[in-house]
Amino acid sequence: MKPAGMSELVWAAVLVFVAAFLPWMVNGYWLSIGVTAMMYIALSTSWVMFSGPTHYISLATGAFFGVGGYLVGAGMSDYQQSFWLMAVIAPIVGAILAALIGFATLRLSGVYFVIFTLGLAEMIRNVVSWVQNNFLGSRGLYVLTDFRDQHIYWMLLAVAAVVYLLGWFISRSRIGFALRIIGGDETVARHVGINTATAKVILFTTTGFFAALVGAIIAPRWSYIEPNQVFSPQLSFLVVIMALLGGAGRLWGPLVGVIPFTILWEWVAIQFPNQSTLFLGLCFLLIVYALPHGMVGRIEELRARMRRGA
Amino acid sequence: MLDIVVSGLLLSGTYALVAMGLNLQYGVARIMNLANGEILILGALASFWFYTTSQVSPLLTLVFITPASFVVNWLIYRFLLTPLVRRAKTQGALEVDSILATFGMSFIIIGIVVSIEGGFFAYNFLLDPISIIGSTTSLNRLVAFVIACAIGLALYLWLNLSRSGVAVRAVSVSTEAAGLVGINVPRVSAFAFALGGAITAAGGVLISTFITLDGSIGVVFTLKALIIVIMGGVGDVRGAIVAALILGLVETAVATLIDPGLTLAAAYLMFILVLLFRPEGLFGRRAT
Repeated sequence: MKPAGMSELVWAAVLVFVAAFLPWMVNGYWLSIGVTAMMYIALSTSWVMFSGPTHYISLATGAFFGVGGYLVGAGMSDYQQSFWLMAVIAPIVGAILAALIGFATLRLSGVYFVIFTLGLAEMIRNVVSWVQNNFLGSRGLYVLTDFRDQHIYWMLLAVAAVVYLLGWFISRSRIGFALRIIGGDETVARHVGINTATAKVILFTTTGFFAALVGAIIAPRWSYIEPNQVFSPQLSFLVVIMALLGGAGRLWGPLVGVIPFTILWEWVAIQFPNQSTLFLGLCFLLIVYALPHGMVGRIEELRARMRRGA
Repeated sequence: MLDIVVSGLLLSGTYALVAMGLNLQYGVARIMNLANGEILILGALASFWFYTTSQVSPLLTLVFITPASFVVNWLIYRFLLTPLVRRAKTQGALEVDSILATFGMSFIIIGIVVSIEGGFFAYNFLLDPISIIGSTTSLNRLVAFVIACAIGLALYLWLNLSRSGVAVRAVSVSTEAAGLVGINVPRVSAFAFALGGAITAAGGVLISTFITLDGSIGVVFTLKALIIVIMGGVGDVRGAIVAALILGLVETAVATLIDPGLTLAAAYLMFILVLLFRPEGLFGRRAT
């Protein structure tokens, strides 16, 4: 075990510990931003686990997230199940869905995968609305629990910590190494005997699992669930932006991107509610042209330059 | 049943045209343009806007919006995408960069379009009923189909018979080999990208005459065009036409027989089938 890897883990543990105290330190408004930020931290860290090393841009987050949220709503409202049971079922369904999608698309080139995930949330939303309108009758689902913002916050923090720990282990395991080779050159990977499709599908399944879990945990925050609301395609793009803004090359990159972006996004939503899409577009261009390796890449570049200068 | 065949067929004409535009951008210029649907929406918005404010016929709009879109897309390629092409070390890196950059462009266009016209763009153009082999449809669909076919045919002939068309096809086969035989690859790529954008905008004008659109629906058309291109095989005009026909028919059948809300799901179902069984396209050969 390299000492650098261990110290990274210690830092992460300290951060999680400090973050756990947030609900006692801030007022309700900042706590609700904290919940949003924590949600994006969990989502984009799990996104980076798969898309960071492989360079496959996944836009499926919104679909899995929606499936998670919707299942909690449907289970609690239509079938009188407990939140906890649904929170266990939702990620399993998300993982199965991800595995199926991965199996169909990840054997081929990355472009097919991006295209497939691009409309996925919208397609699932259409199907769910259709099923609901024609066979189930009711349109809205209620998720009524005793959870307050801080409970959701702690649950998300726990998920984020688990995702990080898992990502840390994966990046040091055989499969993590395999993924980096795939990201470098897929043909090479295949020639050195890596089962590229299996490696990709396993990691993508993990992403689906966690996105659905986060969707399930967030559901009580809305209390009323509608397909149009949980299957928001914008979510997938926001996750991509935050992860890339921070830097997809490091597991802690998203953390650097999420916190400033969540605050900025909140501000844009209040100040310029009609220009948020435009802002999203500008962010994408900024990342591609100015920050191709994210803020983390910039920081490391500066550090290297300073070391050389000194 | 006959109604489904006729309207599916008429719809597929425009789909095939839009897919041809995307095919030029991806097959020749090697740019996965995910802002394609937004260019289509811009064409549709221009058509709607000219028709409702000054009663300009969409057919006239078509004549000047197509070259305008050519110029805009040429500028986009020249100033926004060329740096990415130069920077990219591999085709994969270019794909990732161009996907992210065109996402950015698509969101910017959506933002602008929605701030100009937040509602639906719907207008009544050539709404007279006509009857084709016993099935009643409206004249605007037929007109759109005929124009789409005419543009598509002209493009096909140009690609196959003219000297510059051969250059474009050569670049689509191999950028390196095309460069070796003295083709100015960056220029041809820029031209193909711009032409693809022009055709897409023309498709947008045509679609707006018979389908109600809104500012945020572009991504659906991007997806459909992509599915057609993949189903037909990248760079394969004949495959794209057949794929567009299939998609148009299946979509119309699902919309009339089951539910109009499920057309995207139908497109996805076909996409999955293609990915599972014929990822190289309908007429493509399996790569070794």
